Amino acid sequence: MQTKRTVFGNRLLPYALLLPQIAVTVVFFLWPAAQAVLQSFQREDAFGLSTTWVGLANYLDLLDDPSYLNSLKVTAIFAPAVTLLSVGLGLVFAASLDRLVRGGRAYSTLLVWPYAVAPAVAGIMWWFLFNPTVGLLPYLLAMIGYRWDHALQPTDAMILVVIAASWKQVSYNFLFFMAGLQAIPKSMIEAAAIDGAGPVKRFFTIVFPLLSPTTFFLAVINLVYAMFDTFPVIHATTGGNPAQSTNILVYKVFVDGFIGLNLGSSAAQSVVLMAIVVALTVIQFKWVERKVTY
Amino acid sequence: MLTRSFIAGLALTFLSGSSFAATEITWWHAMGGELGKKLDEIVAKYNASQGDYKVTAVYKGSYPETMTAAIAAFRAKQQPDIVQVFEVGTGTMMAAEGAVYPVYQLMKDTGATFDPKAFLPAVVGYYTDTDGSMLSMPFNSSTPILYYNKDVFQKAGLDPEQPPKTWEEVESFSKKIMSSGAAKCGFTTGWISWIQLENFSAWHNQPIGTQQNGIGGMDAELTFNGDLQVRHWTNLKKWQDEGLFQYGGPAGGNDAPPKFYSQECAIYMNSSASRAGVIANSKDFKVGFGMLPYYSDVQGAPQNSIIGGATLWVLKGHDEAEYKGVANFFTFLSSPEVQADWHQYSGYLPITEAAYRLGQEQGFYAKNPGSDVAIKQITLNPPTDNSKGLRFGNYVQIRDVIDEEFQNLLAGKKAPKEALDSVVTRGNKLIADFRAANG
Repeated sequence: MQTKRTVFGNRLLPYALLLPQIAVTVVFFLWPAAQAVLQSFQREDAFGLSTTWVGLANYLDLLDDPSYLNSLKVTAIFAPAVTLLSVGLGLVFAASLDRLVRGGRAYSTLLVWPYAVAPAVAGIMWWFLFNPTVGLLPYLLAMIGYRWDHALQPTDAMILVVIAASWKQVSYNFLFFMAGLQAIPKSMIEAAAIDGAGPVKRFFTIVFPLLSPTTFFLAVINLVYAMFDTFPVIHATTGGNPAQSTNILVYKVFVDGFIGLNLGSSAAQSVVLMAIVVALTVIQFKWVERKVTY
Repeated sequence: MLTRSFIAGLALTFLSGSSFAATEITWWHAMGGELGKKLDEIVAKYNASQGDYKVTAVYKGSYPETMTAAIAAFRAKQQPDIVQVFEVGTGTMMAAEGAVYPVYQLMKDTGATFDPKAFLPAVVGYYTDTDGSMLSMPFNSSTPILYYNKDVFQKAGLDPEQPPKTWEEVESFSKKIMSSGAAKCGFTTGWISWIQLENFSAWHNQPIGTQQNGIGGMDAELTFNGDLQVRHWTNLKKWQDEGLFQYGGPAGGNDAPPKFYSQECAIYMNSSASRAGVIANSKDFKVGFGMLPYYSDVQGAPQNSIIGGATLWVLKGHDEAEYKGVANFFTFLSSPEVQADWHQYSGYLPITEAAYRLGQEQGFYAKNPGSDVAIKQITLNPPTDNSKGLRFGNYVQIRDVIDEEFQNLLAGKKAPKEALDSVVTRGNKLIADFRAANG
């Protein structure tokens, strides 16, 4: 097989073409990341007037800190829940729409819309819907005898942030699943149908296995989204409350660093967070990928 | 001859040029909405009153955002001349000796006329060092007071002219209000930390921490897990279970004002600076004002309440001419006319005696009943070591800890004593961290 190769006449040209991308990576990723690693070994007052080298103390303090361990636990619930809910719903919507004969375009347009909503706006909207004093959903829930109170009940608060964070991500997942479904040969499904397999059976034995590369890719993307990009949702809804029950790792980095001005600890936390996400991605690519049929 | 006159003319042009260019002074603040407009008006008035200095006021968001922005700017050597910092940031600002230009020093260095005694002791006490020197310029100070719905009181068969004075009355009034069906809930409150713990302690002359609540030195520890505070939190939990009290959420308590405005709760405790908002939102009913309640069997209660709000800090790293302007602007800001105007408009305390007297002469308090409750409450008794104020490092986070443990209490996960003990243990850890970072 012949591969297409581009040959540059000038040896410097390829590097010059790469330069903008490298510059962006260095300025917006490598440099701040290096700064965070450096700061995580220091203890500094807010104004940067006195800096002391403390070695691993910031990291060791984290292991002792019940609120940090709590944040780990909260993230361990939050991130998989968001991933499961948003990927799951995305798949359900895409599979249902695939079987729809008419009106598919209208539905898919509507399903994609939430993705255009800024996370902070989505957060505020859910906060309104679930507000115990003025919200619509607590009012409806009260009719069936459930007293909704995310200001005090950790479970309610967790449900709220998971829904708010998953909502707009469903659109994203939906789009990918739609594309994935279109790539599945219709002849296979028809053959199974002729053999007497019902829609549910066909989905689980043919469609879902063939979608697994998409599912795998989305699982990684959504997990990273839940761990890093959900800051505005938390900020606009619960602010990590009540009693830190929705204080996920990335939000805690912000609170400790920008509100509490404890820069050393905040930097150490962000380094740990970085390591967790890198490790998760490596694990998924190394092990999970092998079980995926491409 | 010609050359000489030419040079003279040139020199003259330069001189006059420099005297016309006003020195720029930047002021970062956290006053949004109506308060921000009033602040801009004050600044415009100052700029029009003289030609040497031009103050530029910049709105930087919430209190924590403004403080963080100023600190980040300082690290990048782009700091403003003046920054408005809320009272719980005082510990952090005070410890930053290399970054802050103390106001008493600034006034002395620039030779501005300045009399620290002109300010109300209850306000200044919060912002002076152990030698009694003023470190920042008081600007907007408030104190929590009690608001109540006169119409609901009437409906419940209570005297609409009598606010509850004690917690016993808050309880019995609330029960009456609920049983008569006049309102769904007795009372709510903003600021659990500031009102139901810090001010509660000062109002009952109980210590918040050692070392005069931390004002005496950085090695202070929290002690607000005393019997009386435990009793109060036990009651709040009990009243919440009975429906007498409704929780308004953490920090300032965003859900509390709507509960009062919608007439769901009849009594409401919040900052005196909420007065304008309360009046604007209570068009459907008459509002009464009262002092904070106290437990009648506690010796020495009521003592005096303590303040919240913010002061203006001057940051180092600018030249002398700018500091002269800052001093000049501060003199303008603390003049009785400006202060009285700001106080009467916003509900913040008049921070000087002269501004309060001016308000009395203008007949403002007679025309606006309830507008002097705050100042009467804060000056009720000479402040004791327990009621001067409080000052601890990392107090911004300690406030969060108070909210969290209060939520644990209301959710039934912790007993009152356990919750308050936990506030103290976790708070002391934060104070120790602060000491280590600023040691």
